[in-house]
Amino acid sequence: MADPVLSIRDLSVEIPTRHGIVRPVDGVSYDIQAGEILGIVGESGAGKSMAGNAVIGLLNPPAHISKGEIWLKGQRIDHLKGDAMRRLRGKEIGMVFQDPLTSLNPLLRIGDQLTETMLTHLPISRAEAEKRAVAALEEVGIPGAAERVNSYPHEFSGGMRQRVVIALALCAEPSLVIADEPTTALDVSVQAQIIALLRRLCRDRGTAVMLITHDMGVIAEATDRVAVMYAGRLAELGPVRDVLTHPQHPYTHGLMASTPLASQGKSRLHQIPGAMPRLDAVPDGCAFNSRCPHATDKCRQAPVPRLRNGQAACWYPLVDEKVI
Amino acid sequence: MTLVRVKNLSRVFDVSKPWLNRVIERRSKAFLTAVSEVDFEVEPRSTYALVGESGSGKSTIGKMLVGLLKPSSGTVEIEGIDLANETDAAKIDVIRSDIQMIFQDPYASLNPRWRVRDIIVEPVASRGGTTEGLAEKLLEQVGLSVQDAGKFPHEFSGGQRQRICIARALASEPNLIVCDEPTSALDVSVQAQVLNLMSDLKDDFGLTYVLISHDLTVVRHMADKIGVLYLGRLVEEASPNDLFETPKHPYTQMLLEAAPQMDGFGREVQPPEGEIPDPINPPSGCAFHPRCPIAQDICKGQRPEMRVLNGTRVACHLAE
Amino acid sequence: MSDFPIPVKPKSRLRIALDSDLFYTFKRSPVAMVSAAVVLVLVLSAVFAPLIAPTNPFNPASLNLMNGFTPPMTPNAFTGESFFMGTDDQGRDVFSTILYGMRISLFVGVAAVFFAMVLGITLGLISGYVGGWTETIIMRTADVQLTFPSILVAMLIFGIAKGVTPVEYRDQMAIWVLILAIGLSDWVQFARVVRGATLVEKNKEYVQAARLIGRTPTAIMLRHILPNVLSPVLVIATISLALAIIAEATLSFLGVGAPPTQPSLGTLIRIGQGFLFSGEWWILLFPAITLLALALSVNLLGDWLRDALNPRLR
Repeated sequence: MADPVLSIRDLSVEIPTRHGIVRPVDGVSYDIQAGEILGIVGESGAGKSMAGNAVIGLLNPPAHISKGEIWLKGQRIDHLKGDAMRRLRGKEIGMVFQDPLTSLNPLLRIGDQLTETMLTHLPISRAEAEKRAVAALEEVGIPGAAERVNSYPHEFSGGMRQRVVIALALCAEPSLVIADEPTTALDVSVQAQIIALLRRLCRDRGTAVMLITHDMGVIAEATDRVAVMYAGRLAELGPVRDVLTHPQHPYTHGLMASTPLASQGKSRLHQIPGAMPRLDAVPDGCAFNSRCPHATDKCRQAPVPRLRNGQAACWYPLVDEKVI
Repeated sequence: MTLVRVKNLSRVFDVSKPWLNRVIERRSKAFLTAVSEVDFEVEPRSTYALVGESGSGKSTIGKMLVGLLKPSSGTVEIEGIDLANETDAAKIDVIRSDIQMIFQDPYASLNPRWRVRDIIVEPVASRGGTTEGLAEKLLEQVGLSVQDAGKFPHEFSGGQRQRICIARALASEPNLIVCDEPTSALDVSVQAQVLNLMSDLKDDFGLTYVLISHDLTVVRHMADKIGVLYLGRLVEEASPNDLFETPKHPYTQMLLEAAPQMDGFGREVQPPEGEIPDPINPPSGCAFHPRCPIAQDICKGQRPEMRVLNGTRVACHLAE
Repeated sequence: MSDFPIPVKPKSRLRIALDSDLFYTFKRSPVAMVSAAVVLVLVLSAVFAPLIAPTNPFNPASLNLMNGFTPPMTPNAFTGESFFMGTDDQGRDVFSTILYGMRISLFVGVAAVFFAMVLGITLGLISGYVGGWTETIIMRTADVQLTFPSILVAMLIFGIAKGVTPVEYRDQMAIWVLILAIGLSDWVQFARVVRGATLVEKNKEYVQAARLIGRTPTAIMLRHILPNVLSPVLVIATISLALAIIAEATLSFLGVGAPPTQPSLGTLIRIGQGFLFSGEWWILLFPAITLLALALSVNLLGDWLRDALNPRLR
């Protein structure tokens, strides 16, 4: 297999607080290959966005990377600071956030935003950049792209704005795109359009995509592989079909089973007892042990089960548990 | 007997700019029709779901049901009483305690400066009722502990806060609870807990729910009857099985097709064309016709009437 | 089924206050702690002035004109008495006049801010919650008033009030007129902030929940919205207090404020500046330093409070 575009090795992020150090990302490792969409799924507080922010060097102090390595196309990037990181962010990593308005400068025409980004990162002339800006808008499916380059962000609808953001994220031809809840603010019909667009662009250009979302349906439809996070740790990682239909981690199983779709025709939904532990109160051993129906004493003691070779970070992975 | 009867309900918002701006820019007043001629009925002890995308008017209907907004035209009758036009204060008071609402954002729906006990009993206390032990009883019923009564909302997680909201809604022993996206701010596993709780309470207290949601899977799980809204108009109404197995309206079909599916691995759907039109200038005739794959001339010219088709009510000229 | 059972007793309000982030940041801010200490010392010494002050400067019986112009810490040439901060032209102990002057200054400041706060909160809540023409009238009035410097507004009100009070009551009424004048010139910022916060709060769902059960607008404004708009009010009140103390001093310095029979810090400074160039510097300097310390530390406290209560700066 070719070298991965992004490789995260044993990454931990720590935040010192007045109640002690919390670890929103704890010993996470994964790779993303060129042309692959890796889904990162988890509930709020599971650390899925924090892991993405760590990659692009956008952790808000006092949060910082305390351990581990991040490699982008064979270059180690977790130590990069200031300018070097900014240049890399624009050139090699594109970003798509939940709220398209925050990613666009409201005072600049979108055509100017696109050409500026390209001129900063690509060795091309202004005329060439302007031509490419129109092409980029056409590619993301904006009708009348030649005229729309002169519009301001507020003149677009929510779905169209997210398309512009995707065009902006991709215009410098990055090798990695991090999409953090890109469809959460959008309506179902527009969401389907955006997912289809992301998949097509990723396939055509061989861009690696990290798709962070809480929506299992989006994960199922858009991604190739999926990483399930729980309390800052990786609970399960594998091909999306395997993870969703035959989850091996009891948490993934519970999560899948509690979706209304999986409980179709039943009067009650499957429930995981309790709630995800707060980050300052993660139990010893497996973070899921207090809610897990299969937990034993081994699960309640250190060390923490980690993902090594199998699909799940669990001492007793489930076999043949079909959910859907 | 029907609990809720909504007749020809419309709501128009004045979204004009201030008078001076209009004069200077020579613009006329602008009106947004959020809800347009909607009819439906809700049977007691059932769950009626309203689904739709943003701008479909589902939340506006919810607010009119509970009396937070007055209808521009048409009526909402609950237990035979029209809250917007009733003049007998005693009757209004009875209806007010019979209707409750659960809101979307559990972080904004509890007053952060109040203790949980005071929040829960407010609907009863404000009418001068006795509240001795009421908060504690309700907290246990929604799966929280008695000690929680003395805490403040910020000490709870989103799911727990939604339980507190449910406890508050139950305090005045209502018949009807309007739930506006009750779980869309919650995680999947917490959503399951809250939905189960709602189902249990419905059986225990004989409640009727009007469930407003954009999430088709939640609606399918919870509802006895589903109304699909598009641009403020009711386009289809059917039982969950009929709606999901044999959707009649082209919009419903599009919506079901576009919704992501848990088993839709690598599904290559043709995503729907276009976006929801501007509700200030809605399309003529059938509001869906610009995006409809089967639209004909009649759809542009004439707004389709609701008609009954194999037990489904559908507003489409061509559905069959 | 509980999400996670924690069998603890509900916390008391004091416990919550001591555990709060606000108290935590306070303990970590040396500036805030020093300012708070200065304010505390000054306020306490003003309150307990009759106990602390060596003499009562306004009791003519205790005054000895022979003691006039005694420099600080130096025995008087005629009487041999020594004064910590010296004496003024009439032989009054400067230290004592400062303690008594601070009472007037603080009383006027606090009362004026309280008056402005009540007025501003009431009008702000009403205009934010009710909206429409009520809002337009209140807020446009506020805008018009803001176009005049507040000291000018205060002087205007002071002048009018003085004109309508009978001569024999003028000195007695002066303090109350001062409070009214400063308070009326200062309500606008309270009203603006409260109106803005009310506009945000009134659209939150807890307010809708209260409307739903039929609570009256008054109950919703007072019981629901008011407690949630108080944090910014607290900040403004603190900073306004510093400004009100200075405004009072300014008015008194200009001779339109506290009468010489009830001198405030501003009156003392006015009296003192007459003697500055004849060499009796202490009559001016000590009241001025006190005013500076009081206004500065209240202001710093307000600054810290604003930063501590603004989550974006934390």
